[in-house]
Amino acid sequence: MTCLPSHMDKRLGLVIDLDTCVGCQACVTACKEWNTGGHMAPLTDTDPYGGHVDGVWFNRVHSYEHTTEMGGRTVNFPRSCLHCETPACVTVCPTGASYKRASDGIVLIDESKCIGCKLCSWACPYGAREFDTDVGVMKKCTLCVDRIYNDNLAEGDRVPACVAACPTSARHFGDLGDPASAVSQLVAERGGVDLMPEMGYRPTNKYLPPRAHTQRAASVPAKALEPVKAEGGFLGWVDRMLSN
Amino acid sequence: MHPAFSVVFFTTATGAGYGLLALLGVLGATGFIAPGFWLGLAGMALSLGLISAGLLSSTGHLGRPERAWRAFSQWRSSWLSREGVASVATFIPAGLFGLGWVVFGRLDGWVAAAGLLAAVGAIVTVCMTGMIYASLKPIAQWHSPYTLPGYLIFSGMSGIVLLNALLAGFGLGTNRLLAASILLTLLGWGWKLATWRHNDQLEIPTTANTATGLAGGTVRSLEWPHTEENYLLKEMGFRIARKHSAKLRLITQVLAFGLPILLLIAGFALPWPLEAVAAALAAISQFAGMLVERWLFFAEAKHTVTLYYGR
Amino acid sequence: MMHGPPRGANSAPSQRPLADTRAPDEGDGVDTSPDVSDRVAKTTCYMCACRCGIEVHIKNGKVRYINGNKDHPVNRGVICGKGSSGIMQHYSPARLKKPLLRTGPRGSGAFREIEWEEAFSIATERLSAIRRTDPKKLAFFTGRDQSQSLTGWWAAKFGTPNFAAHGGFCSVNMAAGGLYSIGGSFWEFGEPDWDNTKYFMLFGVAEDHDSNPIKIGLGKLKARGAKVVSINPCRTGYNAIADDWIGIRPGTDGLFVFALIHELLKAGRVDLDYLLRYTNAHTLVIQEPGAADDGLFVRDADGNPLAWDRVAEKPVRADDALAKPALTGSHEVNGRRCVPVFQLIADRYLDESYSPDAVAERCGISAATIRRIAAELAHVAFEQTIELPVAWTDWAGRRHETIKGRPVAMHAMRGISAHSNGFHTCRAIHLLQVLLGTVDVPGGFRFKPPYPKSAPPGPKPSGKAVKPMTPLDGMPLGFVCGPDDLLVDEAGTPLRIDKAYSWDAPLAAHGLMHSVIRNAWAGDPYKIDTLMMYMSNMAWNSSMNTVETIAMLTDKDEAAAYRIPFIIYSDAYYSETVPFADLVLPDTTYLERHDCISLLDRPISHADGPGDAIRHPVVEPDRDVRPFQSVLIELGARLGLPGFVNEDGSAKYHDYADYIVNHERTPGIGPLAGWRGKDGTSTGKGKPNPNQLQRYIDNGGFWHHDLAADQRFYKMGNRAYLDFAVQMGFIPKAEPIVFQLYSEPMQRFRLAARGHGRVLPPQTERKRIETYMDPLPIWYMPFEEAAVDLEKYPLHALTQRPMHMYHSWGSQNAWLRQITSQNRLFVHHRTGAGLGLVDDDWVWIESINGRVKGQIKLIDGVNESTVWTWNAIGKRRGSWGLKDDAGESNRGFLLNHIIGDQTSADANGRRYANADPVTGQAAWFDLRVRIVKCAPQEAGFTEPQFERFEQPPHFEPSPDISRFGAEFRHAREAAQ
Repeated sequence: MTCLPSHMDKRLGLVIDLDTCVGCQACVTACKEWNTGGHMAPLTDTDPYGGHVDGVWFNRVHSYEHTTEMGGRTVNFPRSCLHCETPACVTVCPTGASYKRASDGIVLIDESKCIGCKLCSWACPYGAREFDTDVGVMKKCTLCVDRIYNDNLAEGDRVPACVAACPTSARHFGDLGDPASAVSQLVAERGGVDLMPEMGYRPTNKYLPPRAHTQRAASVPAKALEPVKAEGGFLGWVDRMLSN
Repeated sequence: MHPAFSVVFFTTATGAGYGLLALLGVLGATGFIAPGFWLGLAGMALSLGLISAGLLSSTGHLGRPERAWRAFSQWRSSWLSREGVASVATFIPAGLFGLGWVVFGRLDGWVAAAGLLAAVGAIVTVCMTGMIYASLKPIAQWHSPYTLPGYLIFSGMSGIVLLNALLAGFGLGTNRLLAASILLTLLGWGWKLATWRHNDQLEIPTTANTATGLAGGTVRSLEWPHTEENYLLKEMGFRIARKHSAKLRLITQVLAFGLPILLLIAGFALPWPLEAVAAALAAISQFAGMLVERWLFFAEAKHTVTLYYGR
Repeated sequence: MMHGPPRGANSAPSQRPLADTRAPDEGDGVDTSPDVSDRVAKTTCYMCACRCGIEVHIKNGKVRYINGNKDHPVNRGVICGKGSSGIMQHYSPARLKKPLLRTGPRGSGAFREIEWEEAFSIATERLSAIRRTDPKKLAFFTGRDQSQSLTGWWAAKFGTPNFAAHGGFCSVNMAAGGLYSIGGSFWEFGEPDWDNTKYFMLFGVAEDHDSNPIKIGLGKLKARGAKVVSINPCRTGYNAIADDWIGIRPGTDGLFVFALIHELLKAGRVDLDYLLRYTNAHTLVIQEPGAADDGLFVRDADGNPLAWDRVAEKPVRADDALAKPALTGSHEVNGRRCVPVFQLIADRYLDESYSPDAVAERCGISAATIRRIAAELAHVAFEQTIELPVAWTDWAGRRHETIKGRPVAMHAMRGISAHSNGFHTCRAIHLLQVLLGTVDVPGGFRFKPPYPKSAPPGPKPSGKAVKPMTPLDGMPLGFVCGPDDLLVDEAGTPLRIDKAYSWDAPLAAHGLMHSVIRNAWAGDPYKIDTLMMYMSNMAWNSSMNTVETIAMLTDKDEAAAYRIPFIIYSDAYYSETVPFADLVLPDTTYLERHDCISLLDRPISHADGPGDAIRHPVVEPDRDVRPFQSVLIELGARLGLPGFVNEDGSAKYHDYADYIVNHERTPGIGPLAGWRGKDGTSTGKGKPNPNQLQRYIDNGGFWHHDLAADQRFYKMGNRAYLDFAVQMGFIPKAEPIVFQLYSEPMQRFRLAARGHGRVLPPQTERKRIETYMDPLPIWYMPFEEAAVDLEKYPLHALTQRPMHMYHSWGSQNAWLRQITSQNRLFVHHRTGAGLGLVDDDWVWIESINGRVKGQIKLIDGVNESTVWTWNAIGKRRGSWGLKDDAGESNRGFLLNHIIGDQTSADANGRRYANADPVTGQAAWFDLRVRIVKCAPQEAGFTEPQFERFEQPPHFEPSPDISRFGAEFRHAREAAQ
């Protein structure tokens, strides 16, 4: 049913720390690797060794140069489904293939119902959905619904593949509907933001902005160095220090 | 947005078809058109043919067309589903109307009622189509007050120009219909110009800054996540050069509005059958022009996902 | 509910599984608990040199997916972009299938398949003839292999000194710079104290060998709010997240560091106590210009260096813990005038030529910024000191109640290394670290056991006497301490084919792989017969001056014979180098083989303790390929090499696994340190344990020992640690390791240049030796910059591998190549504007060595005088299983084409390897270029272009579609 659930028990999502992401693509290929054999398998690649290589990916990392009057910074930017609270990609779906789960808020596609009209990808402002031309259906991030509850995985591994992989700890996972959860607190503490809030889709995933050039930036309250005032200059200072 | 021919043709053809159907239904039911076998057959075949061809074409856009029937289920939330339901539902009164007109040779009573219902169905379906686009927030050029009226106006305009050609073909053309065709074409022209003007001056609140959550200053794409074009860029990253776009706008204006108006004006003066030829040429020119207009409707529409790619 | 504490790097509360991981009753039919794998094999990754622990999930005999091992000391559960793409490497269509023998002209790619027996007999016949006559006519060079303790030992037993791996191309400036200074080095042998540092400086690193540990560490710094300062011309990768990015001009880092040192000295912000305890700052240096001992340490009769006791006013042994050594002044000992090392340091770096104002313009960094960084360093080092509440005892028996730390840490790599002044720059950074008292202290830079070792460590390189049928008397690579240790003949001619340990590159601790092909082609210093290579793409991105290198590989002499007579190459893939081999030995992938990541080589140690690891076959090869190490062992046995055969001539090891377990380098010490002894209870030293590999497998593929809390810092002078290191066989004696701020071995070379000693450089080399073998760090302009017309070539050109391909072979990888299949030249906006360039323009990139064509992208985050590109994206048509229209061979380009492999001719007409004059490290970052917009008809495709390689027999065209993973889903759905 493509009407949105009136109530959600949880709002599971990701928090992505742009201050820490180095753009290494670890989350990208970990996602590809898990999911190409996972719930929406396969994530088909066309012309994989040719000049027009293309494939289905649920997570992509861009890089940007952000320049303000305070200075410039290179920002690596992972982009995936934000599991919005009011996702138009769900409501526009004519078949009920696209849906938002009431239990945890994950936005999923029921492949068997998808007619491949692509309208959901038009409705998503974030480019979170990718079409598998080989299978003829739309595919997207499942928030690793086949990992986070998977009894066949060790309990500690039941997190999205991207979160488990991230070498800089720039990715976080949890219930963003619970203000007491660790992710919600992280968002509050670091001033996490919504992407394109003006769209009104109310994304669940949050992004933590870079700290450089902000009041949150690391700084060292160092005083300018003064030449030593001892007689004989620096070497005199050395002698005095040693004889103390 | 990528102007896929299947979708360009679909909206253009169904727009014209539903416009014609609505006019046939209303004018037939209200007695402005007299029942006649050949006129009925031609009119219904043309309108339903355009509608069917358009709908068929739209399935060419589907990855799994064999599952198209599933699209009728989500009318409570989805404009596309509603369009599907409305389009199929419209076939019922339209079929009855055609049956009454062509087989029973009458346009009164239940046939008139069916005609009016078909007209309502046609208008509703066009509204649904318009709303598919108008409801898409990520595409500012579509998510605008101009989109839905535009679909209705263009549907009516193409419908009436087709009707004029049809009636003229049977020697039944009237100056009033000609005048109405010209007026609707002028309205369409004006609406299109206004739409373009609106779109050219759009101040879209969504920027690379809001897309990335990076406040202030400039955000410039350094590298894409992939070297070659992917689905998102192929589907939504279509770009058209300003020069190219201007040329196509000119072509649209000539074919869809300017030339048809001249031909229609000529209709006032020309004797039959030249009048009919001019009316047919006006319809053909306008249909071609509307294909270009619809191509531009897609090509000039910018999806927010392109912001991530620095486009 | 979770059982036990969360494991691994990503175990913050915001990264853990849900408190309740039972699937909610959504009723949508989603299988939330699909079966994942039939078995999980824990082994070691090999998608790069980082050596992470991985868990390979196997389903129906196929690799379902790979994730990081949370218990592994290197990656603690995380995995990088390459590691997760290992599947695509394993199932690559570019994989070789069978041994190949060349049938067409060299370089054409025409081969026929042969059986292994034929391959072995060809190789054995050829190599045994060489061994019977002149073993040095075999040159054996390996690439990024992690079995150098085997390959080097094999070369030694064969009797050829001509062995090295790719370190000379990669990082020997860092290795030698560190090992000659502090007895450890960045990456391999040390790491920042990520848990305690408050100020982290990163020089010349955007991505690193130490990929995941650095990323994990940066994550920790970010979580703690520690300051990250990056010094790098490019603002990518790690530099992107720095709090302070300093876009330095390439090759000037040494000057920048000297300016920091200048400021710190001037302000008296150096750790004198640390210098006295752990360095040779107080050691007396003879100052008798012209004398044979000028610049050497003053020593007592037993050879112990002396210091001057400022209280007793007499010479004392420098290692006398009770002395009060002077750091300044001029003294007279044994009739020689001498000064402490520190006096020389102060004299040199307090000079105004190293002031921030003097270096600012050249470095492209404002003097104010340099002063600020110096002040910040001083502030954190001296005002924000930390103390760990752990008592420890130093080498002299002095007990310390706490471990004191100065929380400034540094890391440096490629950007320093790949310049012709890289050795000295690396030493300069170590000098800065040591002056601040930050080496192996809490919050500083820490050694990874088995380091530190003495600076430089023993043993010396072997190869002075090469005789038929005779092994070398040691290993081919080592550390020289003076001219006497060089591998040169009476006339000063190099004894090694790559001229390592010659006057050209005296401290060439990793050899000069980049010189082998030219020297073998030119017969300089002599002709060789066979070039055997492993896992190194020397006909493409692992060589400088690719175009000429290719020509040399295929060049023939007057008799129409190839100038390099025979080439044996082992690789798992159809790389650009395979077609140049006469005999191809197909290797397996890392998932099909045994390997050991050994303490004898470059282990997986952590600063908190030593460790080593294995690989073991987790899937069976589906083709006729063999692991190169096993092939080498069999070849050794067939050749009858000592150590590879029993007394009866039978093979001593049947394969590499057998060798790993049973080989003993010295009694009790073998490739693996864990679970030694018959019963597996010994660590470090012990008899071979027949179950050792199984013990490793049971432990997740690795062994790791945690040092006790009091052994973890000040390892260079920590009694408990030094005792442990002796017990493990890391060092011979529990003596303190003294940091060599002043390098006496280098001064010995200088003395030779002045005509003192037994082994003297040829007259023509003396000035060069005198200049570059300075015992204290110096800075000089990189050679190419000094040689070319800077008006004509106004730009520096750099390359770096993208993170997702670093040290990898990514272009054949269906996933990784989607991310990057074309490289662009990144040009600063203002530079581009000045040249009238806009995004996507095609340009010629021209150096004195040639030109290459590519497409540009304008950016802000780069030093204005620098352009850069992603390295090794450009590929040659016909290689790596790529189709002819692949972006890599049509639009991607290889900058190596225009990097010279030799310097410009000097006044004597001599051309040296394009390398650091001390270590021979390839100087590919010295490149100077200009960029010129190309003509419209030239746009759209890269040049130079090369002939397409033929495909080996039975190579199927690469697939048009990949549905990898569908089979797992089908199997799941069928099972339901």
